[in-house]
Amino acid sequence: MSEEAFEAVGDYRYGFHDPENATIRFDKGLSEQVVRDISALKNEPEWMTDLRVKAYRHFEARAMPDWGNCNLLESINFENVTYFLRSSDQTEKNWDDVPDDIKNTFDRLGIPEAEQKWLGGVTAQYESEAVYHSIREDLEEQGVIFLDMDTGLKTHPELVKKFFGTVVPHSDNKFSALNTAVWSGGSFIYVPKGIHVEMPVQAYFRINAKNMGQFERTLIIADEGSSIHYVEGCTAPSYSTDSLHSAVVELIAMEGAKIRYSTVQNWSNNVYNLVTKRGVAHKNATVEWVDGNIGSKLTMKYPSVLLKGEGAHAEVISVAYAGDGQHQDAGAKVHHLAPNTTSNILSKSISKNGGRSSYRGMLQVMPKAFGCRSKVVCDALILDESSRSDTYPTMEIGNSTADLEHEASVSKVSGDQLFYLMSRGFTEEEAMGLIVNGFFEPFTRELPMEYAVELNKLLELEMEGSIG
Amino acid sequence: MGVAMSEEMLRVENLHVSVEGTSIIKGLNLTIHRGEIHVIMGRNGAGKSTLANVVMGHPAYEITQGTIHFQGQPLEELAVFERARAGMFLSFQYPAVIPGVQVGTFLKKSVASVRDDPPKGRAFRKELNGAMAELEMDKSFLSRYVNDGFSGGEKKRLEILQMLLLKPNLALLDETDSGLDIDALRIVSKGINKIAPEAGCLIITHYQRLLDHVKPHFVHAMIDGAIVKTGGPELALELEERGYDWLDVAA
Repeated sequence: MSEEAFEAVGDYRYGFHDPENATIRFDKGLSEQVVRDISALKNEPEWMTDLRVKAYRHFEARAMPDWGNCNLLESINFENVTYFLRSSDQTEKNWDDVPDDIKNTFDRLGIPEAEQKWLGGVTAQYESEAVYHSIREDLEEQGVIFLDMDTGLKTHPELVKKFFGTVVPHSDNKFSALNTAVWSGGSFIYVPKGIHVEMPVQAYFRINAKNMGQFERTLIIADEGSSIHYVEGCTAPSYSTDSLHSAVVELIAMEGAKIRYSTVQNWSNNVYNLVTKRGVAHKNATVEWVDGNIGSKLTMKYPSVLLKGEGAHAEVISVAYAGDGQHQDAGAKVHHLAPNTTSNILSKSISKNGGRSSYRGMLQVMPKAFGCRSKVVCDALILDESSRSDTYPTMEIGNSTADLEHEASVSKVSGDQLFYLMSRGFTEEEAMGLIVNGFFEPFTRELPMEYAVELNKLLELEMEGSIG
Repeated sequence: MGVAMSEEMLRVENLHVSVEGTSIIKGLNLTIHRGEIHVIMGRNGAGKSTLANVVMGHPAYEITQGTIHFQGQPLEELAVFERARAGMFLSFQYPAVIPGVQVGTFLKKSVASVRDDPPKGRAFRKELNGAMAELEMDKSFLSRYVNDGFSGGEKKRLEILQMLLLKPNLALLDETDSGLDIDALRIVSKGINKIAPEAGCLIITHYQRLLDHVKPHFVHAMIDGAIVKTGGPELALELEERGYDWLDVAA
């Protein structure tokens, strides 16, 4: 990276970009024809084309949400977005076959190294499509399907058709409609009955081009008694113009299955990150969202779980860091639809340098869902006077047998903590870094160790050069 | 050859300190050399803790007059963390809680920032284990969060553990003995005696009982922001027996 480029990137260490070597790039802007062209290019079955078109029409007709950060939402210019960009003609199984500049990017992000050390499979998506994909042979032999979504649709059309859009319908919200219309890439995973995938599988999403829209679509099905841990990472270059990331993720945990979905999104501060993530947990199944939001300009994301079968369990642990010019509007939603279902929600947010973080939570217990238990804990840490934190909890409790706990706290770093740490040799920035890492610790300890270390470093960097 | 002049660690001259406009320390003088143990006793509100905090650089205190030197260097230029790195240590009366930060990580990072040639990896663990054994601390301490849910005695032990690992040239101990049972007091004293020969020590206390375990060279009585009487260990006994009123008159 040139000196000049580095200047522009500033503190964000993944802000570099490569030359844009597209093999196919659609003109900016969205129309029904663009939607049809994407589908035709991918040679999709008719039902998918129809679904895309239907979703597009819904998107067009649907108003913007009238809640959240309306000003920022209204400032999105959908006509200035590139909806499809292919940067490599095929998805490779060997890193050496991936185009050099793209491979270099993923090298810098440490993906091939992580794959060798501790992952069961990797998908690397660059712009609209996966450029690299691999899964360990032993998992493949056990019948585990781990593909990019486009390939999944080609090779397992029946399975995709059966589940696609069943958890997050296209009409769920404006951005799920947009995703359904123009989706490209993402992961498709099926874990057969009784199979436990011991090593996490990872997908890494990278936006490189300016004004890019990335719309990956992920569908994970864990069949009865199986388990899987899926890890997602995201970065983008720092440009002065905006990019749009609008994903849809659907998780289906069959009876007794367990899915954990861990994300650390570290988009650059010019990315709108408007994502719908939802899972269904059938009888005695568990769905866990471990969701970290560090980057982006505006994130609106509320990982949710439908507890559909008796004894199902939901776990949502999320953290948000909102710095200068950032609004993290995050939270969690849990719907107790069946009796004796349980949930834990832990949300932690930090606001700094004028950043804003909001917790938006929904806890619903249906009238016939007897004997449910839920615990919600929301902690906010505000690091200076110019920053802001809001909490919008909603509870709809349909019967009196529910056992619910709700705790919320807003705190500031105390002068005593800083003095104590500084008397132990830490600079003020280092002291802040320690306090912030400590605050997020209940989240970081849930991450694979390599991620936890990386996240701690990242937060320490965020604390640097910002105390005057 | 006689006793060599030992190195000066702390020199406080005509110190005046105020907090939010209220004058707390009023013309205090004190010099501590390497190898010396000084004890300051006095009533609540005499300014004892203020002295310890101001020497360490607490931002809430304003020095309105006078100077403080550490190893001959004026302290006013040094930030709190620089004082720590220069070899100053304060054992807090009320150590802060740092949620989510494990004691082990904290100690390692602190040692790395303070000591000139910090032990790493196995050498650090060996030193840590040795110090913890000496203070009769269980290894489970290391995975707990700094002072989070600690009893009073546990907090003080962690302070002393840090002192042993940071190897300060000047140790300020602010009521480290308060609220300790006999066993804890014995253990804390062991820690102080261990570093004392190589450092200057300033112990702030209300009680003579610590002095059953730690032998001070000087005992100072502090009243209303100044040292009004200095003596040997016998002064501590006298203060405990007679209180401070007789000194008010003397002052």
